[in-house]
This record gives sequence, C-alpha cells and structure tokens, in this order.
Amino acid sequence: MTDVAETCVQENPVERYLRMDRIPHIWCPGCGIGTTVNCFARAIEQADVDLEKLAIVSGIGCTGRVAGYLNFDSFHTTHGRAIPFATGLKLANPDLKVVVYSGDGDLVAIGGNHFIHAARRNADLTVICVNNFNYAMTGGQAAPTTPLDAMGTTAPYGVCERPFNLPFLAKSCGAVYVARWTTYHVRQITKAMVEAMNKDGFSFVEIISPCPTLYERRNRLGSGLDRMKWFKENSVIKNGSDTRNIDIAYQQPIICGKFVDIDRPSLLEVTEAKIGDIRGKQRWADVSRRQKKSIEQTE
Amino acid sequence: MAKESATSVSSEEKSAGAPKKARGQVYILQERCKGCGYCVEFCPLGVLVMSSRFNAKGYHYPEVAHAEKCSGCDLCGMYCPDFSIHGARRPTKE
Ligand SMILES: Cc1ncc(C[n+]2csc(CCOP(=O)(O)OP(=O)(O)O)c2C)c(N)n1
Ligand code: SF4
Ligand code: SF4
Ligand code: SF4
Ligand SMILES: [Mg+2]
Repeated sequence: MTDVAETCVQENPVERYLRMDRIPHIWCPGCGIGTTVNCFARAIEQADVDLEKLAIVSGIGCTGRVAGYLNFDSFHTTHGRAIPFATGLKLANPDLKVVVYSGDGDLVAIGGNHFIHAARRNADLTVICVNNFNYAMTGGQAAPTTPLDAMGTTAPYGVCERPFNLPFLAKSCGAVYVARWTTYHVRQITKAMVEAMNKDGFSFVEIISPCPTLYERRNRLGSGLDRMKWFKENSVIKNGSDTRNIDIAYQQPIICGKFVDIDRPSLLEVTEAKIGDIRGKQRWADVSRRQKKSIEQTE
Repeated sequence: MAKESATSVSSEEKSAGAPKKARGQVYILQERCKGCGYCVEFCPLGVLVMSSRFNAKGYHYPEVAHAEKCSGCDLCGMYCPDFSIHGARRPTKE
C-alpha cells in the first residue's frame, strides 16, 4: 500500500491512460468532457477489464476527441458511426472490451438508427454519451437532446420540438443497463461506468455535461462553474425510476440514477449459440428460450 | 501575464512549516490549468483557493491555502477537466 501511494502522487493518475503528447487537450475551460475522462480512468481500474484488451470507439464531435486522447486501441470513426464500427470490432474479436464514447449528436442524431438497433440486438458494448444538449463542435446547433425552449444557433427563438429522453430510448430498445448522471456526480459516474463495463450486452451511461462556450453562453446560464453548481442543486437522485418519467425540461430538475440493470442474451451470445447449433453443438435451444423470455418481459 | 513558473507545486512545498499531520496531499500543475474553479468549489475540506496570479495562458489557477486539511480524497482530481490537479493519500506509518 505504502509503495502505491508514494508512486502515484508523482503524476496525475489519469496520465498513464492518456496520449500525453496530445495534452493539453482542445476542450474549453470548464468543459465537462475532461471530467468524464477522469471518471473513466478510475472506472477502468475498478472494472473487470483487461486494459490490454480495451478498445475505445468515438464518432465526431468535441466528445469524439476522447478516443484520440485515451491511450488504448482507439478508433476515431466517422460521424454517427461509432456504434457500427464498435459492433463489428466486438463480433470479430470477442475478447475485446469495446467502449463507445461519444456525444449526444453523434450517438442519437446522425447515429440514432445505429443506437436503437445496437440496443435492440443487445450488442456487447458500453456506450458512454456525454450529453451537452447541443452539437458543440460545429458551433452549438440544436440537437435532438436540446430541451424545449432552449436556444441553439439553429434555434434562435428556442427549440419547439420534443427532445429525446435518452434513458427511455435505450431502455425501450432493449438496453440491459441504463444510468444517467451529471458531471457533478463524479463518484456515481465512475460507479456507473464500472457497472456498465461489467455487463454483457448493451449498457448505456448518459452524462449531462456543461458546454459553457456554446450551450450555457447562448442560454445565458453562466460559466461552467455556475452550471456545475446548478447540477448540484437541481439533480434529483431516483434510482429505479420508470424511464418514461424522466424527460429533461429546460432548467427543471434533472432526474439521475441507475434505471435499468437486467440480463438478457447478448448479441455475441445468441450469435455464438446459433453458429454452435449449426455446427451441431446444440446450444441454441437454451439461449433461444431465454431470448424469448426476455422479449415477453419487455412487453 | 506571468512568466513561466514552476510546473508543479505541491502542498508540501507551499506549506513549509505547516504541521505534517495532513492525511493527504494535493498536486497542482498550474500551467495546465484553465481556471474553471471546480477544484476550489468542490474540495469538501476547503483546502484550495483561486490564486490572484495568472499562468502563462492567462488563467487563474488554484493554490493550497490549508495543506493541513487535505484528506487526499482526490475529488479535485476527479473534477479537473484539464488533468491539472489531483490528490493522494499520504502513506500511513507502519
Ligand atoms: C457526416 C457528417 N455530418 C456532419 C458533420 C459535422 N459535425 C461534426 S461534429 C457534429 C456534431 C457533434 O455533436 P455531438 O455529437 O453532440 O458532440 P459534441 O461536440 O457536442 O461533444 C457535426 C454535426 C460531420 N463531421 N460529418
Ligand atoms: S465547445 Fe463545448 S463541448 Fe466543445 S470543448 Fe468547448 S465547452 Fe466542451
Ligand atoms: S479544476 Fe483544474 S482546470 Fe479547473 S481551476 Fe482547478 S486545476 Fe484549474
Ligand atoms: S484531495 Fe480532496 S481534500 Fe485534498 S485538495 Fe483535493 S479535494 Fe481537497
Ligand atoms: Mg453534444
């Protein structure tokens, strides 16, 4: 113990997981993405993952840069396509732990179709979504996550559409683990990441994060620090909430917690069982029974 | 703008003469800091304050005001978006 403490104080513990030649990073002062990376660095130490077999897949966006900063096998893919890249990676190399780390726009706007199908298929992925309520990298356009009435560069009079409730979307499509936290909840984010990575199948962690340069500024919500204090005062922890009731309304309390933690056969499991059956190993019968049961339970 | 300053200031250096009772120690890379203030705000023990000085990039950075209070909980390290601060527990004596 003593040795560990003495060596780890020399450098920031996150640095051993970063590509230090790329630091300092490009994120703005008070951007919440870096905070989530700290949580991730702690989570991979606690989760049941072999760091030699960890792959990080991001799409495009400010959050999409995470793959480029983390020193693992990382893939900075095309916009919206992190999930299909990751699914292929996992199916071709089932020993890998594949984590998708991307923004709300990337995952549920342009990549929304992949998101729902990966959840439906229960693809063996942990999806971490940094939700800053806008397309930050391209200048603060409104996203499918921007709350009703909030401003974006493409919504100068406020958004008039209904936004997605991401935990509900993930749950209704079949995710086996669903949690939502804000960047204020660093310990809970870490725990959620650990639990998510320890699951087989599609696990999803939404992290509500400040984007002080665009979302907060356009909506006159103050600095990153103001926003973090607001998260602290306006988050309500309700583990096990029915995801239908946790829509995010503009500047209204945000319901956080772990909402889903179930088991059902994962894409890898059903695929391997099916192939095994074709080759005469007769594993499909048992897996298909559980697959059917999980469908009945969702309905 | 301040001239190039030391890259790392530990609470130990800062608090020469302070009683060595602190359970933890905090490490700051002031040149990497972007002045968001999260560490100062969310340190549960009030160890840190924002400096009135600027780093080379023009940001205020945190300073250790109460080294003796640090528990080494590393919450500052969890919050810091720029990886420029962290805390660690001091080795306990055998
Ligand atoms: C095919 C394609 N369409 C559009 C873009 C432009 N673009 C880059 S990032 C981005 C949105 C990013 O938003 P989000 O995923 O929420 O990430 P953030 O920057 O907010 O972290 C868009 C639309 C692109 N790079 N490629
Ligand atoms: S634009 Fe927003 S999301 Fe992008 S780095 Fe800046 S604060 Fe972060
Ligand atoms: S949290 Fe990090 S970037 Fe923000 S003021 Fe503290 S040391 Fe600087
Ligand atoms: S390690 Fe904990 S107690 Fe020490 S400065 Fe950081 S947040 Fe404060
Ligand atoms: Mg975004």
